[in-house]
Amino acid sequence: MSYIGIIITFVFINNFILTQFLGLCPFIGVSRKTDSAVGMGFAVIFVMSMASLATWAVYRLILVPLNIEYLQTISFILIIAALVQLVEMVILKISPPLYKALGIYLPLITTNCAVLGIALIAVRSEYNAMESFVAGIAAGFGFLLAIVVMSAIRERLDKEWVPKPFRGVPIAFITAGLMALAFMAFDKALLKNLLG
Amino acid sequence: MVLVRISYAVASVAGLGILLGLGLAFAARLLAVRKDERAEALEQALPGANCGACGFAGCAAYAAEIVGGEVALDLCTVGGPDVAKQVAMIMGIEYKSTSAEKRVPQVHCRGGVSTSEYAFEYSGVEDCTALYALFGGNKVCKSGCLGLGSCIRVCPVDAICYDSDGLVWVNKEICISCGLCVKICPTGVMQWLPYDADYLVACSSKDKGARVRKYCKVGCIACKICEKKSPEGGFKVEDNLSRIDYAAAGDRQEGVTACPTKCIVGNDVHTRQ
Repeated sequence: MSYIGIIITFVFINNFILTQFLGLCPFIGVSRKTDSAVGMGFAVIFVMSMASLATWAVYRLILVPLNIEYLQTISFILIIAALVQLVEMVILKISPPLYKALGIYLPLITTNCAVLGIALIAVRSEYNAMESFVAGIAAGFGFLLAIVVMSAIRERLDKEWVPKPFRGVPIAFITAGLMALAFMAFDKALLKNLLG
Repeated sequence: MVLVRISYAVASVAGLGILLGLGLAFAARLLAVRKDERAEALEQALPGANCGACGFAGCAAYAAEIVGGEVALDLCTVGGPDVAKQVAMIMGIEYKSTSAEKRVPQVHCRGGVSTSEYAFEYSGVEDCTALYALFGGNKVCKSGCLGLGSCIRVCPVDAICYDSDGLVWVNKEICISCGLCVKICPTGVMQWLPYDADYLVACSSKDKGARVRKYCKVGCIACKICEKKSPEGGFKVEDNLSRIDYAAAGDRQEGVTACPTKCIVGNDVHTRQ
């Protein structure tokens, strides 16, 4: 599959949040303000791309030669957790305000199913190293797209009158549902029409 | 053969773990951020209740804000003036008392099943807010205590309980003045008192005396006897409801005993357990 095909697939057709419903926790938790949503989006892009590359290397160079592919989940989690710790340290060093804005959701990327999801999907699709890396970046961009659009909507919603029982998270989930409906417009036919 | 394969699995995961662990340890040293010593000292000085009454996410967040400057030093209601003094000392600022008098909340209502009239029977969720959503509660009096104990459940230190009369009562010795019960009470019957308050008028109804008499045996009927019997006691009847000005140091005993509905009660811990 061409790189453009992979990018379109993971940003639009199989958008991790709005089509596959993975990684909803930071999506709802950090989408209150656009600034922190952008920060979270880039943190996820970094973690996803690095994780898909590292998990590819571990899978191809350690697990397959030793014939122990069944250990993929536990070793992938190990790598992802270490990577997230590293990202946390880097963000704390470079930008304490962003670190504070992301709060608890940054360590939560550790157990984010979206990151494990991209690693497992890349392995199952038998991507090579470069394709895995691109798929990771594309999936991260899909996350960024979804969370930024969501935060822009939620910032506007804060200024609107919303019935009391729906204020805050409930209306966010309803919004996410409507956005997911809109993303259903992207399907496999798009790939065929664009790339032939 | 099996042993070899098991050892492969163990060795690869263990090796991966050790490698990543060492990498992280190295990165932690390389990317170490020095934490402000004052913030750590402040976290030690603050009570650590993490109740959020200061307006920040917890004691650590408040400590970080103090170090960052531009927040008041005496926002911690739990610690009161003592903690504010320590905080000021750590920050190297002289402590000036502002409004740091310790306050405790108390239920300003003594109307229960035996003393008050009820408009309807409620059998819904055991929660004051849920009951309040139905016509402002099942009592005829719309300003009284609903008695379902939302404040009891929200209290972080279990200072609120049902007393021997089955009514809600705050134990001021345990209370940390976080104000969560005042916020959650839908009728606003939970109100602040100075910690040293000797008596309180346990009624919140601003209805006319004749109407209060109809639905509650222990409500304030605004007869002004307390004002007359203890002129120095700080009693003041406004909007058909007596309130005590605690700045007045005069004797209140006369007014309390003369109260015809006995709705002025002592804010005493020991008699209410």
